[in-house]
Amino acid sequence: MKRDAIAIKEEDNVATALRALSPNDTASVGVGARSINVTVVEEIEFGHKFAIREVAAGDDILKYGEVIGRATVRIPAGAHAHVHNVESLRGRGDLA
Amino acid sequence: MGFQGYRRADGSVGTRNYVGVLSTVVCANEVAEDIAREVDEAVSFTHHQGCCQTPLDVQRVNEALIGLGRNPNLAAVLLVSLGCESTAIQDVAEGIRAGGKRVEVIGLQETGGVVRTREQGMEIARRMVAEASTLKRETCDLSDIVLGLKCGSSDTTQGLSATPAIGVVSDRIVEAGGTSILGEVTEFIGAEHILVKHAANDAIADQILALVERMESRAKAVGCDMRGGQPTGGNIKGGLTTIEEKSLGAIAKGGVAPVQAVYEYGERPTVKGLVVMDSPGREPEILTGLAAAGCNMIVFATGRGAPQGFPFVPVVKLTGNDLTWERMRDHMDLSVAGVIEGTESLPEAGERLLTKIVNVASGEPTRAEITGYTRAMDIYVTGPVI
Repeated sequence: MKRDAIAIKEEDNVATALRALSPNDTASVGVGARSINVTVVEEIEFGHKFAIREVAAGDDILKYGEVIGRATVRIPAGAHAHVHNVESLRGRGDLA
Repeated sequence: MGFQGYRRADGSVGTRNYVGVLSTVVCANEVAEDIAREVDEAVSFTHHQGCCQTPLDVQRVNEALIGLGRNPNLAAVLLVSLGCESTAIQDVAEGIRAGGKRVEVIGLQETGGVVRTREQGMEIARRMVAEASTLKRETCDLSDIVLGLKCGSSDTTQGLSATPAIGVVSDRIVEAGGTSILGEVTEFIGAEHILVKHAANDAIADQILALVERMESRAKAVGCDMRGGQPTGGNIKGGLTTIEEKSLGAIAKGGVAPVQAVYEYGERPTVKGLVVMDSPGREPEILTGLAAAGCNMIVFATGRGAPQGFPFVPVVKLTGNDLTWERMRDHMDLSVAGVIEGTESLPEAGERLLTKIVNVASGEPTRAEITGYTRAMDIYVTGPVI
């Protein structure tokens, strides 16, 4: 089956869309060797990420099995995960 | 696997055979460009440095120019100077000559202005081209490749396909006894814990961490969240959210080979294998740094479609994004989009990329060379213009 999105490691909580996705689309997400279905809740552009399970505010965002940032608010499963709800932990002169 | 290259006196191998017309200071740029434009097989290198800078940066410029002049893709070098700059012109000339190639210097103030310098410079460059044209390509080995690794105008497809494909190629070159240079230290931030696991020993791991800390401190010193600068606005549009995410994709270019050494910007490696070089991520500065370090080939992954090439080192472009492959065909040499679509394995994509690099090393032009968009260049400095 054709993949709509891809996550690299089992522990990842976000996937990358391989095509534009719309609300209520059921996305087939390749996660490592297996595949899961996630219902998308908003528009996701090609190449953008969405949560494949709920992420609590303050939780790490995991891609490649590594921390790529932190959720600033709760991110429901299927929601767009990007600069509006994920912050970087590095290069932050504003936090010094 | 081998390629057809030009053997130089210092043992290095060129994939091109140009006469380099190098400006020694920002004030002489136009004359260097004029000379190269009028002489077939001559290329100019220009930049914005060479005067009114801190001594540290002036030294950086001297060293970068020596490195560029010694690049194996240049058969001979004409330095074009103003005459009153801070660049140590004679030291630069001697430094390049030490590599066994012919170097001439021409100065605007000494020669008597732009018009005379142009005329005399063209005459020298023509004679150099005539001499260089007698050289023939010979069969060389993969171990003669010094490959620069670069990614830019990045999106999220890149770290899933194009940079891992470069990693496969880098590992192959290293296995064959060649050299591969990983720069873009900004894009180690957030991924340095993975990179240090590849360090050949603890001292090298510490040097990698020190480079990252130095780069991050520079970014923090301005008191802002660097997001928007890194990742760039375009990266964010492409779906990259944080520098950590960008970095995890970027370091995949280094493959799994051990890091054998850590170098300053533009420094020529004295060991073979995978090495790390200090540099920022912006195209003109890193392409120049890789050329100064002696790279005879550069491979460049781009998700959104960076068009840039460099004047005398071929830059092979690959993308993992089929939309970009269609839209930016004039600038893309290879698509590895099949890797994320599941229609091509990563080793297969790596093999295709290696074949492309070998062909280009033997003389096949890159898209950037065909399009004539090859002037992404500048010397990286860290201090103020004063």
